[in-house]
Amino acid sequence: MPEADALPTRRDEAWRYADIDALARIGADAINEWREITVAAGETWRETMVVGSDNPELRRIRLTVGDGARAELFATNVGDDFTRLEVEVTLGEGAHFEFGGVTIGGGDAVREFVTTTVHAEPNGTSNQTVRSVHWGTGTGNFLGEIKVARHAQKTDAAQDFKGLLLEAGASANAVPQLEIFADDVKCAHGATVGQLDESARFYMGARGLSPELAQRLLVQAFLGDAFVELDDEDSRTVLLDTALKALEGAAL
Amino acid sequence: MLAIENLHAEIGGKAILKGLNLEVAAGEVHAIMGPNGAGKSTLANVLGGKPDYEVTGGSVTFKGANLFDLEPHERAATGLFLGFQYPVEIPGVSNVQFLREAANAQRKYRGEEPLSGGEFLKLAKEKAGLLKLDMEMLKRQVNVGFSGGEKKRAEMVQMGILDPSFAVLDETDSGLDIDALRVVGDGINAIMRAPDKGVLLITHYQRLLDVVKPDRVSILAGGRIVQTGGPELALRLEDEGYDAVMADA
Repeated sequence: MPEADALPTRRDEAWRYADIDALARIGADAINEWREITVAAGETWRETMVVGSDNPELRRIRLTVGDGARAELFATNVGDDFTRLEVEVTLGEGAHFEFGGVTIGGGDAVREFVTTTVHAEPNGTSNQTVRSVHWGTGTGNFLGEIKVARHAQKTDAAQDFKGLLLEAGASANAVPQLEIFADDVKCAHGATVGQLDESARFYMGARGLSPELAQRLLVQAFLGDAFVELDDEDSRTVLLDTALKALEGAAL
Repeated sequence: MLAIENLHAEIGGKAILKGLNLEVAAGEVHAIMGPNGAGKSTLANVLGGKPDYEVTGGSVTFKGANLFDLEPHERAATGLFLGFQYPVEIPGVSNVQFLREAANAQRKYRGEEPLSGGEFLKLAKEKAGLLKLDMEMLKRQVNVGFSGGEKKRAEMVQMGILDPSFAVLDETDSGLDIDALRVVGDGINAIMRAPDKGVLLITHYQRLLDVVKPDRVSILAGGRIVQTGGPELALRLEDEGYDAVMADA
């Protein structure tokens, strides 16, 4: 672990794809700034956020979710500079954590979600879905660590990542990390990276959609999965529209 | 309406169309038949503007304009509809959303007002009814989980909604049972049989031509039209086969 006032390095697993130079511009102090949130037993907490601007950004959230409680976080990451949203979650008995995230953008910026989900008690569930769309030499990352304590039986944890690269120079990285000490648990993770379906693009063109419109519709469909669990249409629209706005000017 | 002159096209460096000539007038249904590998699907794809197909010579004039000056979406907005032999699945996009966007993109290109949600749904319902396709199917994702027959019916619903002036239908009858064939054939007649519309109907079988009666029939072989005649030519092909008919030509 880094010293209190030292910057992490890319040798640290959780920072291996980070833009350390950008981090230096934010300053070491930010590394120690955690926003602490406690969700009381049986309660539901939900937040949606758009992160990213022309400046580097680091947001760290530490969530403690009580027994039977539910925490939901949905985010669109549209940074034009290094933008990292980091979440540490500790789940009580029967608690649930839902995360949906989108990273989207071109240029040469790195946008990432980093989550650590600790299933500390039995019967906890977590579901994380991240979609990344990049072009130029842009990068999207999802580093998701799941820890299941020895007595946290019947844990059910799932992570799903899909990357869509619109140009050859773009990249997407998924790093699932599982640390399981209980024996009766379900932990699923999947990651794929691909390109837009050319046959779908031609089909849409043949029906009258310009390349821009076809791409927008396909990307919209691709991103939708990340917010499918967000039961608030207005918020969902904001997150999706922000992502699609970032798509304007993307490579075709 | 559509004039193809000395068209040459290749894919992956392999010449497929080798000097194809064909004219389809307004009000005409022109059937194209031909053995496997003759270039039928290549012709459809070249007319639609599919990437990977390279036009190496000749010209296609559509409603007075050079077709090859237009991008695929511009061809569609100009009134050309390409019915796919294998309609493409688009996960995450509903038929309703897809077709409304497509219809309005075409209208915008032509300088027309967009359809409102209500107007569009009314139109979609009418065309789905014509093709006996459950409206619920149109709320589902484009072609995802559709059977072969449902995909072809959905293609014709799309054609009904987009209301093109010229349709190139590439083996729209493949994968259809006898009842579905009649429904699709009746749909083609209802949507495209008009004095100001034309159809290029690519098919292997006479059975679709029993429903959609062609005005002209051409045989495509070796990348060229080798024979053109009336509806009786298709009947002869059905009886005697390509080799015999072409040997007589």
